[in-house]
Amino acid sequence: MRAVEDVSFAIAAGETLALVGESGSGKSTVGRAVLRLEEPTAGRVRFEGTDLATLTPRALREARRRMQIVFQDPFASLNPRRTIGASVAEGLEIHGIVPREEIGDRVSHLLEEVGLDASFASRYPHEFSGGQRQRIGIARALAVAPTFIVCDEPVSALDVSVQAQVLNLLLDLRTQRGLAYLFIAHDLALVHQIADRVAVMYLGTIVEIGPARAVIGAPSHPYTRALVSAVPEPDPTKAKTRIVLEGDPPSPSALPIGCPFVTRCFHPAKDARCSTERPHLRPVGDQQVACHCAAPGDGAAST
Amino acid sequence: MTPLLEVTDLRITFRRDSGPPIVAVDGVSFTVSAGEVVALVGESGCGKTLTGLALPGLLPPGAELDATTHIRFNGTDLAGLSEDALRGYRGRRIAMIFQDPLTSLNPVMRVGTQIAEAIRAHQQVSRGEARQRAIALLGEVGIADPEERVDSYPHQLSGGMRQRVMIAIALAGEPELLVADEPTTALDVTVQAQILELLDRLRVSRRMAVLLITHDLGIVAGRADRVIVMYAGRIAETATTVALFATPAHPYTRGLFASIPRIEGSSGRLPSIPGTVPRPDQWPIGCRFHPRCPVVIANCREVQPPLEAVATSHLAACWWRRRRPGEHATGPGRRARQALPRRRIPQRQCARRARRRGCLLRHRSR
Repeated sequence: MRAVEDVSFAIAAGETLALVGESGSGKSTVGRAVLRLEEPTAGRVRFEGTDLATLTPRALREARRRMQIVFQDPFASLNPRRTIGASVAEGLEIHGIVPREEIGDRVSHLLEEVGLDASFASRYPHEFSGGQRQRIGIARALAVAPTFIVCDEPVSALDVSVQAQVLNLLLDLRTQRGLAYLFIAHDLALVHQIADRVAVMYLGTIVEIGPARAVIGAPSHPYTRALVSAVPEPDPTKAKTRIVLEGDPPSPSALPIGCPFVTRCFHPAKDARCSTERPHLRPVGDQQVACHCAAPGDGAAST
Repeated sequence: MTPLLEVTDLRITFRRDSGPPIVAVDGVSFTVSAGEVVALVGESGCGKTLTGLALPGLLPPGAELDATTHIRFNGTDLAGLSEDALRGYRGRRIAMIFQDPLTSLNPVMRVGTQIAEAIRAHQQVSRGEARQRAIALLGEVGIADPEERVDSYPHQLSGGMRQRVMIAIALAGEPELLVADEPTTALDVTVQAQILELLDRLRVSRRMAVLLITHDLGIVAGRADRVIVMYAGRIAETATTVALFATPAHPYTRGLFASIPRIEGSSGRLPSIPGTVPRPDQWPIGCRFHPRCPVVIANCREVQPPLEAVATSHLAACWWRRRRPGEHATGPGRRARQALPRRRIPQRQCARRARRRGCLLRHRSR
């Protein structure tokens, strides 16, 4: 069974690429494959010019220092029996980043950098709220001074108000440290706040990729248009035409032969070709779109 | 018209082995009419879930209703009823759905059996008939091929379908009020839209009232008739959805609005409310929001503001509105003040613009 197929993208230093899609679209799998936490069956991941697959274990470990991950549920990713300080210090110790006697100072500094009190270092994960735990997860990722962080749904489990706080923290850190992010999310409104470029995934493939302004402002693939229209409009007096997609995505083990989206597609120009021939990414407007029918300006009608 | 549900002075306390009891919900009053959707909004820890649980008498162990609390449902005070008597309401007349349908469904039972079980708990019908009604309910909640799906196990269904099954179970007793606690929080955006649409359709077709509990003001627009904003166990503000979105009166409400990410407008940093909701045993004296509030005056630190009318059927609990001329805010600093819209637009001007544009203004800092 193929969970992810034919996915290619590049992220420049200091750039944020958002990977958007529903559960099961393969976006987390891609995030994990990028860090080689998941071994891809085929394909290459080059980080700072070197192919990760060719690295020796020792070199891979060194590369991993510079690429980190922040998970959706920081509670599941923090050891409940270790103090926050010990969890944050772990990376520093493994990579020998600072001398042993300076570790305490560095941990305090990291906690303050993510907006926490340095005295929290002696406490345990269960004493913290979801937002604070996510800050701890970020501090832990920052400890080893990475240049690239995979953020896997970092704010999806948080309240809207806390979500804004954590998002602002990620934005500030990006400015201060020049970090590049692969930002995995399903909420396009959120992605709009942080992403330079957006890639939309559906059933394991990228169906649309391009500058955030273009993909979100003038979506071209019917699936992206549905996603954009599903973003709740926080204004009761504004009528919004919603495209409500029928049904659920088909199972990845029984993919349609042609376009993966054909079973739910509403494009008026949909024809026999869509169910027989798989569309590949091609330029439409400012973005790349994998759809036989998409034409520039399609999205204008829906938003 | 008497409302379907009338909650007065809802107060929920937790007894502790040592120390004084903790008050988690502190004097909340509201009404819900038949066929109305009322949203209960606030951050985690504000007491909205407890408020929802109190209605069908589902409070967790250790939690107690105060003697002054009345929960009148169609004229009967549920707060005084015995467990036996409550059973006639729970599920039958007041049903509830939760955030995570997977933990609420039995993993080793077919969904049809679970729906049929709920039907037979409320009505005396044969097994065969219960199954037929289960299939009809699955169809009503928008599940394709209900005849086949009725024999599925929960793990064979997607998150959205499981939530539909939960709604079908909730409908089994033909409730007059559905308490929906974060029904779409665990779901993808597209599925979220489907479920909210379904709830809206059921409200119309069954004239069922819905109490929609959520932390996301964004999904309330266009779904709820009225909104109740809760903070630290109390009501901060309540109004019709249109009025609340057009002229939010409480700084907390404005902070919640500002922190919603929007697909239009500028990208980058979002205004946010600094800090977090205090725990019930650490509620500050005076207005409970004042340590996070951008506009604090002397009164806010000392006296709890009463919930009072700011317009017709629009109430807010805030001292800032009643400041004396020349009295200035001494809030926790500029950082918090950024969460407020910079320009306050007078109501008359606002309405005029709304007419011109065919919509009311979005309140958002520019």
